Amino acid sequence: MLSLVVFLPVVVAVVLLAVPRVSDPVVRWTWIGTSATEVALLVGMWVAYSPGSPGSPGTSGFAYEENQRWIPSVRAGYHVGVDGLSLPLVALTAVLFLACAIYSLRQTERVRGFATLFLFLETVCLGVFVALDLLLFFVFFDLSIVGMYFVIAGWGHRGAARAALKFFLYTFLGSLVLLLGFIGLYLASSPHTFDIVELVRQDPAAGKGAVAGLILLALVLGLAIKTPTVPVHTWLPPAHVEAPAAGSAILAGVLLKMGTYGFVRIVLPVLPGTWRDYAPVIVIVGVLSVLYGALVALAQRDFKRMIAYTSVNHMGYIVLAVGAAALVGQSDAQARQLAITGAVTQMVSHGLITGALFLLAGVLYQRGGTYDMGSYGGLARQLPVFAGITGLAAFASLGLPGFSGFIAEFQIFTGSLRGAPVATAIALLGVLITAALFLRAYQRLFLGPPSRQVVGDLTVTETAAIGPLMLLAVAIGLFPRFLLDVIEPAAGAL
Amino acid sequence: MLWTLVVIPLIAGAALLASGRRADRWAPGTALPAAALTLALAVGAAVRRPEVSAPFLAGVPFGLRVDGLSAVLIVLVAVVLLAVLVFAVGEVGPGEPRARFFGLMLLFAAAMLVTVTATSMVALLMAWEVMGATSYGLIGFWWHEPERARSGTIAFLTTRGADLGLYLAAAAAMAGGAGALALDGLATLPDGWRDAAAAGVLLAAFGKSAQLPFSFWLSRAMAGPTAVSALLHSATMVAAGAYLLLRLRPLLETTAWAAGLVLWVGVLTALALGAVAVVQRDLKQLLAASTCAQVGFMVLAAGAGGVAGGAAQLTAHAVTKTLLFLSAGVWLAVLGRQSLSGLRGAARRKPMVGVLFAIGAVTLAGVPPLSIWAAKDAVLTAALHSSVPLYLLGLAASALSAGYAGRALMLVWSPADSTDSTDSTVDADSTVDADGPGRAGRWRTAPLPLLAAPAVLLGAFAVPPVWSAFADAVGHPGEPAPTWAEMAVSAAVALFATGAAAAVVHRRGDVGESGVLGDWLGLERLARRVLVTPADVLAGLLARFDDRVVDGGVHAAAGAGTAVARLTDVRIEPVVDAGVRGVARGGRALGRLARRPQTGQLHQYYAQAVVVLAVLALLLAVL
Repeated sequence: MLSLVVFLPVVVAVVLLAVPRVSDPVVRWTWIGTSATEVALLVGMWVAYSPGSPGSPGTSGFAYEENQRWIPSVRAGYHVGVDGLSLPLVALTAVLFLACAIYSLRQTERVRGFATLFLFLETVCLGVFVALDLLLFFVFFDLSIVGMYFVIAGWGHRGAARAALKFFLYTFLGSLVLLLGFIGLYLASSPHTFDIVELVRQDPAAGKGAVAGLILLALVLGLAIKTPTVPVHTWLPPAHVEAPAAGSAILAGVLLKMGTYGFVRIVLPVLPGTWRDYAPVIVIVGVLSVLYGALVALAQRDFKRMIAYTSVNHMGYIVLAVGAAALVGQSDAQARQLAITGAVTQMVSHGLITGALFLLAGVLYQRGGTYDMGSYGGLARQLPVFAGITGLAAFASLGLPGFSGFIAEFQIFTGSLRGAPVATAIALLGVLITAALFLRAYQRLFLGPPSRQVVGDLTVTETAAIGPLMLLAVAIGLFPRFLLDVIEPAAGAL
Repeated sequence: MLWTLVVIPLIAGAALLASGRRADRWAPGTALPAAALTLALAVGAAVRRPEVSAPFLAGVPFGLRVDGLSAVLIVLVAVVLLAVLVFAVGEVGPGEPRARFFGLMLLFAAAMLVTVTATSMVALLMAWEVMGATSYGLIGFWWHEPERARSGTIAFLTTRGADLGLYLAAAAAMAGGAGALALDGLATLPDGWRDAAAAGVLLAAFGKSAQLPFSFWLSRAMAGPTAVSALLHSATMVAAGAYLLLRLRPLLETTAWAAGLVLWVGVLTALALGAVAVVQRDLKQLLAASTCAQVGFMVLAAGAGGVAGGAAQLTAHAVTKTLLFLSAGVWLAVLGRQSLSGLRGAARRKPMVGVLFAIGAVTLAGVPPLSIWAAKDAVLTAALHSSVPLYLLGLAASALSAGYAGRALMLVWSPADSTDSTDSTVDADSTVDADGPGRAGRWRTAPLPLLAAPAVLLGAFAVPPVWSAFADAVGHPGEPAPTWAEMAVSAAVALFATGAAAAVVHRRGDVGESGVLGDWLGLERLARRVLVTPADVLAGLLARFDDRVVDGGVHAAAGAGTAVARLTDVRIEPVVDAGVRGVARGGRALGRLARRPQTGQLHQYYAQAVVVLAVLALLLAVL
């Protein structure tokens, strides 16, 4: 079942490539149909994922588990499964890819290539979140970089080639460092294995001192580049600015989560002691990302670049939370669970909201030909629906209650203060700075008198792509239980 | 029932907002029934005192409850909401985006209802922040004008900055072991965490209530429609901070420094913003500053332990201030003026409104036997029980209230200035109602008498049995009532100050200009200079640092990579290659050497063989 969900898109992609002379509309609707099927399958899996149902987590804590021999010589297996940490991200991935598919209905440039690339990326992204084997994880993790490279380079704006190259080399370096860490874990385990579940049971780094520290360093650096945290974040802004809107949405919504997901899936459970030892450093990196990302975003004049930097800020909260959760220790189970639940919620929330914001940025570019905020003004009069939805997304992104971002950040703050009081108190300022930058940006773009003629409010397809993302953000913001019921048990078990 | 109370304005507001301009026609028809229903449910809830709770976060429920204090507040909010919405039907005309306006107003009111009934920090914080965000939309309602939009931004950012305090308080409650984040649990937190929670609560309350040093945002909040000002300034938003402090009085009791700080911030705000109000040139600005000052009394009450007094002051002020704002709104709509000099004689032109405004102004002045007189006396009694200097400062602040109220009253009733009263002089930022007092006018004036009545009748607070019943109802029984002497003193102060202000206006025309006070103590400029500009500068510096140093470092590393590659290509490769070629050359040279003996001549081979054998023999001999 899980393998079907993961590999269906790539199979469709291969078929699309193999069949000669398919027309663009057929490609578009096949793409949408496939993505919609994925969403439908995941809704089914979500409903069935509860104690006592066919999809309930087994004794290992994972549901829909599959474990096959793959490379027996290094004891790497095809081991996949989902739990409360990964199921929300898997669902988020499916939803975002569907949104991008719908949004790309107006795409006219090399449609078949674009669609197959996205279908390939969908499989790869789903694969990362379901992988329970380090090598398998690494393969998907690395392929995501390849796929996104071609999206940016092939369909990006003017400076895309350069930005894509930077993106590729930088994140590829990160994934190589990550591979080093994985090999370190393999060598430290006995019997040697790449299986995550097995590694968690072994706690391979216990009592290994400096070696454990080095493995942690490699893992954290590798994941931090992908997340990205300060100071290894500078590949992100150019990649976003040059990427096509759908590419940006996937990059921010899904690819960044692979980094933070790696923390909760691999680093925390496999290296608990070492993680705790170095947690203060992680907390500092988190706070730095929060404040630095927000302040640099405040200074941007390019709308898309600004959103890119707010991603650094939002990911910073996650890093802060996973660091602080370790510092709280087992003494205060509720705070620890809140922090980790908040971190996972933030991943989902950021995916939805920032995904929507990047698609909206795409609309802005399509209508006005630039992301420069200074060349717009008074758009609310010309494009009222666009202004309304962007306003919603902006308030959601600045963490207003009623949207998912608040649920995430509130849990992160309340869960983290005990473990890291000073850092958490400082990180609170990030909430204010993001509010300031979004309101200023909104004012510059939408309020006041119109500065030039811009026509074309949101079309039906654009609304159909972006609206559901905002609806989900509101649903989580008001009725978070359906999501938290899934996350909390897994977060509590960490 | 409690859910319904909150959900009705919420759903109605959200529906109006979501339907956009299409719903403009239906907006009043949706909003007024919703508000009326809300009022009915609020009265029902105030009687039946329901309590509800729903699971929300892990171990943290979303709980609402109506107790004595919140019973007063929900009814008050519902009454003012209905009055203000009726007025707004006249103010926000059919051509304007009514769906957005009424939608935001309803959402705003729903947020306030949740704020005053919340039992847990999470419910409180959510409503608290949504209220701030909707106020942004309402203050910046006429967003076509950049300055009004900017005012919304400033108001929201100021209050949100203070809201961080509630995040801190919630987190401190969790860290201190109050896992359900119940408001009741704050007072019993362990030291340290309790102090952090108290600090956070104070920050949030001062910000929302526009106490010092946050007062300036309230001046900005005047950029919205008058109906918005009336709602924001009376029973909601600004009152929310004072309400929170009254609600969390147990926390203040266990945290001594917090109670002291609250006391002094309250009384100083009452004094300073009272003085600001005295010199304002614009009626709405005068009313705004007076709101800060009047809320200062509520804050003072919370600090001094006069919960019932604070609640009474909140109630009396809410109805009075709504009345005053709406009267000012009538003049703004009809005459197109809101500057006090422009409003000279306004009351004579609309005497009905003039009389109602006068009732409001006299009440605001603290003249007996009206509501604010009675309520403020209760507050001052609490202050007197705390310390005598505090009481005297409180009295001074009441004198200032009487001063600005008397001045405004005298100005609107004094004969119109012949040089300044032609109909063509209209304030720049106003929309004159071209129809004059037609149907729109009736909508605008209808709520005024209904607000004047409670403003007067709540003077019943001064009657001892009524007072003790009220104190019982808000859950603070046995709160001392003012003595007759205190009442007489405050009455004398109010009458004297009102008279003095009226006399000054009568003799000299008006009070003199004052730079710092007129500019709200320069607080906004200060905030800009101390916080906003440095943050912007820092942001700019960091952005450059990010591009040049952090990203520059990455590029330098990449550059170093290519440089090393080029170096290898240009310098090292030739050396290595030279080595390889050297070996080849050597091999070739050896080959040439090896070819030399191969002469093909037999005698030379023999000679070579002899030499070799001789060498071998020699070697054997030696070894």
